Amino acid sequence: MYNYLDELEAKSIYIIREAYNKLDPLGMMWSIGKDSTALLYMVRKAFFGRVPFPVALLDTEQEMPEVYAFRDRLIKEWDLDCINWKCPPEEEMDMTLPPNTRSAMRKTEGLKTLMEEYKFKGMFGGIRRDEQGLRAKERVFSPRSFDGSWDFKDQPPEFWDQYKTEFPEGAHLRVHPILHWTEIDIWRYHQRENIPFCELYLAREDKETGKMMRYRSLGEKNLTFPVESPADSIEAIIEELGVTEVSERSGRSMDTETEDSFEKLRARGYM
Amino acid sequence: MKKQSQKAMQQLRVVIVGHVDHGKSTLIGRLLYDTNSLPAGKYEELQEICKRRGTDALEWSFVLDAFQAERDQAITIDTTQIWFSTEMRDYVIIDAPGHREFLKNMISGAAQADAAILVVDATEGVREQTKRHAYMLSLLGMRQIAVVINKMDMVDHSTERFEEVSKEVDHYLKSIGLNANYIVPISAREGDMIANRSDKMDWYKGKSLTETLDCFELESPPLSRSLRFPVQDVYRYNEERILVGRVETGSIKKGDTILFSPTNESAKVTNIKVWPEDSARVSAGAGECIGITLDERIFVERGHIGSHNENPPMLSNVFRANLFWLSAKPLKQGNSYKVRYGTNEATVTVQSIDRVIDTDDLGQTEKASEVGKNAVAEVTLRSREMLAIDPYTDNQKLGRMVIYDGYDIAGGGSINMDGYADQRENAPKSQNIFMVDHLITDERRALNKGHKGGIFWFTGLSGAGKSTLAMAVEKALFDKGYHTYVLDGDNVRYGLNSDLGFSPEDRAENIRRVGEVTALMADAGLIVISAFISPYRADRDKARAASPDNFNEIYVEADLKTCENRDPKGLYKKARQGSIKQFTGVDSPYEAPENPEMVVNTQDNDVQTCVNQVLRYVEDLVRLETYETSRKEKAIAI
Ligand SMILES: Nc1nc2c(ncn2[C@@H]2O[C@H](COP(=O)(O)OP(=O)(O)OP(=O)(O)O)[C@@H](O)[C@H]2O)c(=O)[nH]1
Ligand SMILES: [Mg+2]
Repeated sequence: MYNYLDELEAKSIYIIREAYNKLDPLGMMWSIGKDSTALLYMVRKAFFGRVPFPVALLDTEQEMPEVYAFRDRLIKEWDLDCINWKCPPEEEMDMTLPPNTRSAMRKTEGLKTLMEEYKFKGMFGGIRRDEQGLRAKERVFSPRSFDGSWDFKDQPPEFWDQYKTEFPEGAHLRVHPILHWTEIDIWRYHQRENIPFCELYLAREDKETGKMMRYRSLGEKNLTFPVESPADSIEAIIEELGVTEVSERSGRSMDTETEDSFEKLRARGYM
Repeated sequence: MKKQSQKAMQQLRVVIVGHVDHGKSTLIGRLLYDTNSLPAGKYEELQEICKRRGTDALEWSFVLDAFQAERDQAITIDTTQIWFSTEMRDYVIIDAPGHREFLKNMISGAAQADAAILVVDATEGVREQTKRHAYMLSLLGMRQIAVVINKMDMVDHSTERFEEVSKEVDHYLKSIGLNANYIVPISAREGDMIANRSDKMDWYKGKSLTETLDCFELESPPLSRSLRFPVQDVYRYNEERILVGRVETGSIKKGDTILFSPTNESAKVTNIKVWPEDSARVSAGAGECIGITLDERIFVERGHIGSHNENPPMLSNVFRANLFWLSAKPLKQGNSYKVRYGTNEATVTVQSIDRVIDTDDLGQTEKASEVGKNAVAEVTLRSREMLAIDPYTDNQKLGRMVIYDGYDIAGGGSINMDGYADQRENAPKSQNIFMVDHLITDERRALNKGHKGGIFWFTGLSGAGKSTLAMAVEKALFDKGYHTYVLDGDNVRYGLNSDLGFSPEDRAENIRRVGEVTALMADAGLIVISAFISPYRADRDKARAASPDNFNEIYVEADLKTCENRDPKGLYKKARQGSIKQFTGVDSPYEAPENPEMVVNTQDNDVQTCVNQVLRYVEDLVRLETYETSRKEKAIAI
């Protein structure tokens, strides 16, 4: 009866409990997408139905209305302590960055101010290794200096489920409990556990073109685009992922603006 | 991306290791391409990047080497993972860097794998990191290994060269106790013998790389082993105290009596807790993260290990480790470090560095004072508190630990208890024991004898002179009118302890009984001298605990060389020849006392000098100040 989703889940719950034991105060980035919502659900499993720390939405006020509505629904149903954190405006971002990357920098800067305010020692993030080459190189407990930057050329060793949990004053750890999951795993888990998700993931007819479109990945209006897909149910999504060759983040413009644009973003602290 | 086909809900993790530039990342890039696992557009993106960077040939390694620095220098810096599948099942491929500077990243990757592929360049053969990586695989407990001889295109696909390099690799692997399940000739760049066979190497009749992958096996969870439930945390919700953790091995069920170590307390499991609540849930097996509630409020905290009564972990404050060291700051003898295994954390001191192993020529340096970066070694570690320990051979999950230096993990290794005994206290087996008080006080006994009782516990290597000294001191005391008796190792083994051998457990029991007997004899008012090697500090400490006020530890000191030259009973010779096993100082440890009451050096002093030294010490201690005369009178009477 113990199958591979159980194995992935057990590993995540173990990580969540390790972080909770070692890092205080602790917070979680909740983008309201399928990954961080699945993660949030596992947090509830780890703590027998509770979410014993605040979850933060880095709000650029550019999310789609369905996303905000879904947020409000879960806050109520799951009794969440949600910090809706306003990100600084785009004008304040590094002008040398390509335009979409600069836009994405808003979240990075927002996160920085959030960390300053709440002094979190640990911050959960719902990234996965299969999303993108740089994320594939992440550690589960990933140290960040005081400004959030990631020293990816010198990451600490991490093995046998033993993690780095101590660090100099002012630094913090990003904790990635679902690093080892893939996109299809997440959807299968959503399906098995009947976890709610934002309806934008399901295909709808585009009024102008008449084509069926859905979001593979949810982000801000100006940076994320739907892909053509007939998948209008979770079963259809899972089936589609079994055969598609289109990458998940293909609807994300900042990943590929230049060869190193995403690396620049991540080195500076992007999720 | 074509991944995770519906049929195979099974995932095997394979790490690719080998010397720098031998083609690991290239192999993976090619493997993905040849199995149609690259996301759409990735191939075109690669072509584009390579053109921009001015390389004419396509660099497959860029699929994985995502950092700019990695692409610029054409080396892998950090480990990464990528998913792909064959007809049979899904795989997670873990790329590891080959450069020695990044060994910590190689280990971070390799430690997660179920199987390994060792890549060896056909033109270069076995190199320094080929060996080091192989050695690390053995320390990590890897048992499924395939070797690929890469860049066959550069040696004209020569079968002779293939045989030559294969032999070289195989020889090294065998010498460190590993076995290559398969050896496959490939060309990663050309895609030969990876997913597709090759005309250029039609002389090779074995399996292609993907076929060998499918032959590896997925280990099933260790359900049939003894239960280990390390407590990860204790939550209190709604008046309920829940111990959470992951069942590492074995299984646990509602109603089981669980013994917690090192506290030695037990209680019954009243419920297995999961969420959403499930009252049908009455058991959990290896790998599951659960909570349990207990019927009694015993003291339990993070780090304690739950087991069944019949087969608990060992308790010890000393153990050995076979470790690899990753930090630039060397591990030093005498230093203290934080270690973690399971959820337990302890501070240990490096008692000795018994052996440092050169992974290149497998040369060994004995009794070193430090272990440098990327080296492997055998060390003896000691902690202040008693630890619940499983040797790696008994439990692969809890029998390995990581060592922290400062903020980061600096090394890791497997735990070895060879030569050390379980120190779990044997509580009296019977419950119906009531201590009775004597009507005679210690003082009256002493008055009667003319001196106080005491224990003089000689410890030292075989041949150090314990028995000679003990007998001489006994005679001298007796002649002066003292009531005294010697308990000698060999004598006791004829009677009281004739049922015991020389295993660590039997040695411990031998000393425990002698400790109890000396306590009784000293209590009766005698001056007891014991002459036992008693090699373990823990055992001597226990003997001391049996009668703390009377106990004096006397270290009879002579170094191993001196004792071996003396070899009065010819035992060292036999031990060196291997006809006696577990001989102290040869293949079983001797732990010299840290703070003995007295040290007698028999190496530089003659017997009479040593006897006098002990005599003075004993007489000083047992003297009855006020009744000094009465003893003298008695002595004359005798
Ligand atoms: N001719 C030939 N060249 C190859 C082959 N495989 C790899 N190479 C080349 O060898 C060089 C090193 O390959 P990588 O894949 O980067 O080596 P690596 O083992 O991953 O190196 P590190 O990760 O830095 O340890 C590259 O220039 C490859 O193109 C092969 O089969 N034939
Ligand atoms: Mg590489």
